[in-house]
Amino acid sequence: MMPNDNKAYEQISLFVNKYRKILLIAAFVVTLVLPFVIKSQYIIRIIVMIGVYAVLGLSLNLVTGYTGQVSLGHAAFFAIGAYASAILSTKYGMGFFESAPMGALIAGFCGLLLGLPTLRLSGSYLSITTMGFCEVVRMIFLNWDSMTNGPMGIQKIPKPEFFGTTLTLGNKGLYYLMLAMVVVTTYCISAIVNSKTGRALKAIRDDELAAGMMGVRTTRMKVFAFTVSAFFSGFAGAFYAHMINYIDPNSFTFDTSILILSIVILGGMGTLTGPFLGSALLVSFPEALRFMQEYRFVVYGLILVIMMRYKPQGVLGGQKRTPYVLPKGVARPETAKAKE
Amino acid sequence: MLFQQIINGLTLGIIYALVAVGYSLVFGILRLTNFSHGSVYAFGAHISMVLIGYSFGMLLGIVVSVFLTGLLGILINKVGLEPLRKKKSKGISSLITTIGISYIIQNLLMIIFGSETKFFPKLFDYGNVTLGSTIIGIRQFIIFGIALGLLGLLTYIVNGTKIGLAMRAIEQNSKASNLMGIKVNSVISFTFFLGSASAGIAGTLISGYYQMVYPTMGVMVGLKAFAAAVLGGIGMLHGSIVGGLVIGLSETLAATYLGGSYADAVAFIILMIVLLFRPWGLFGKQDITKV
Repeated sequence: MMPNDNKAYEQISLFVNKYRKILLIAAFVVTLVLPFVIKSQYIIRIIVMIGVYAVLGLSLNLVTGYTGQVSLGHAAFFAIGAYASAILSTKYGMGFFESAPMGALIAGFCGLLLGLPTLRLSGSYLSITTMGFCEVVRMIFLNWDSMTNGPMGIQKIPKPEFFGTTLTLGNKGLYYLMLAMVVVTTYCISAIVNSKTGRALKAIRDDELAAGMMGVRTTRMKVFAFTVSAFFSGFAGAFYAHMINYIDPNSFTFDTSILILSIVILGGMGTLTGPFLGSALLVSFPEALRFMQEYRFVVYGLILVIMMRYKPQGVLGGQKRTPYVLPKGVARPETAKAKE
Repeated sequence: MLFQQIINGLTLGIIYALVAVGYSLVFGILRLTNFSHGSVYAFGAHISMVLIGYSFGMLLGIVVSVFLTGLLGILINKVGLEPLRKKKSKGISSLITTIGISYIIQNLLMIIFGSETKFFPKLFDYGNVTLGSTIIGIRQFIIFGIALGLLGLLTYIVNGTKIGLAMRAIEQNSKASNLMGIKVNSVISFTFFLGSASAGIAGTLISGYYQMVYPTMGVMVGLKAFAAAVLGGIGMLHGSIVGGLVIGLSETLAATYLGGSYADAVAFIILMIVLLFRPWGLFGKQDITKV
């Protein structure tokens, strides 16, 4: 006998599969008109933050979910992107659309620099190195006063401008910019994951030794995943900096890295939709639990513990439940279904 | 000046070593990085503060608080981690669980005690010794002595007693040791007790040294002690001790000669450099991958 919730889950996934196109279009329309329906700027702001963290989650997912390397320092790339873009725009007068890609490139380059020597390490050693890297980056931003203004942070980062219009939360510009960023990131990550490279990455995750034996250049592939991931995290950082207008080293601590990792794991490692769900849950939890005030981080911890105990593969992770689409005229055998 | 700083660094380092040993013990047996360890350290310091404040007397207060901290370790293992082991979950689920537990402990401390920095009574205040131009507090010697004694005791427990033998057996192969009649879960609980108790002692000693306590005190110490454990070769007790001393020393020296704001990063820079050349740490054994 199948438990009840599994049945419901299966029905949902069946339904989703059947009306995939209609649902996609509906989701598309909903996301497009959403800012016109929701009037509260506060909620729009949370939604935009969910988008930022979804991009971060997607990029970490490439490293952790698809390649199996646990990085505890992804806030570093987030910070590098944010700082690089903020400095370029405040000190060198670049607009968002020049400074943000530059920031992302710099973050990607740092990912390459960190990845080349450290990805020979594995397991806990890699985790602690990435964590240390994050701490070192934060320390540099804290002490490099002439560039980063030290603990005071960088203020008055200009909002993005698009053909003369300043994009803000109020005129919904930032929302659509976030949407564009999310769409591009999702497209790129899904293209990588479904390519030959993506299969190589998954092979490394499942068995690095065997993948190496089959001719996958494991170190090169890992460095590639790391660099791409750093690039997109950096872009998210740049967007964040220009949205908030103010950054300081304390916005990018170990806690941020853990939040990104929790988003990936809670949503479901190695899935494309997981980071969206994880980000929606974890970013909105502290906001939704505001009435509990100081207890909300206790609840946050409890959620992590309980999730890991009862659904460690994440909400959307685990085996795909969508049934295999049989050719027309072939009946689905009942016995096979019961075995699932 | 230099001599003074070296003494200060060694005092700090031996505390890191005590915390690092906790990481090392748990990692040795479970291959798990226990991220709740830093908050256990903070818990120990807070309980000590309360008990010493309630006129338990210093010695009894410390002993009771260390015992309670050890019990917290067992609780973490029983409630959080043992069910995961039963389900044979992936390592990363346990990792996230310990992160969640750390959030819970740290924020409960914040709710109960308030997030501000609180005064901790001075421990072992027996004045100073003057050696040439350097002034060394006797409490520094006492802290160093206590920590060194405890580390010696831990090393003896792991290498010289029956339960230590069981711990090392589980480290090599938990299934086989189960078949040999070792109660794997009790031994793991005992390991958690040892690790948490030593973190509790470390927390108490350092609070007595700096005379302050706050709920997030474990975050940075936890990370640095983890770095120390990895630096020495995680899973190796003597490695943790050397790693702790190296990190404590380098941090104090960096704070003196480079400025206080660099002190926190030095530990990680040293760690990263060492890992580049010896990825398995200073004393660690290189893992052999079997097919």
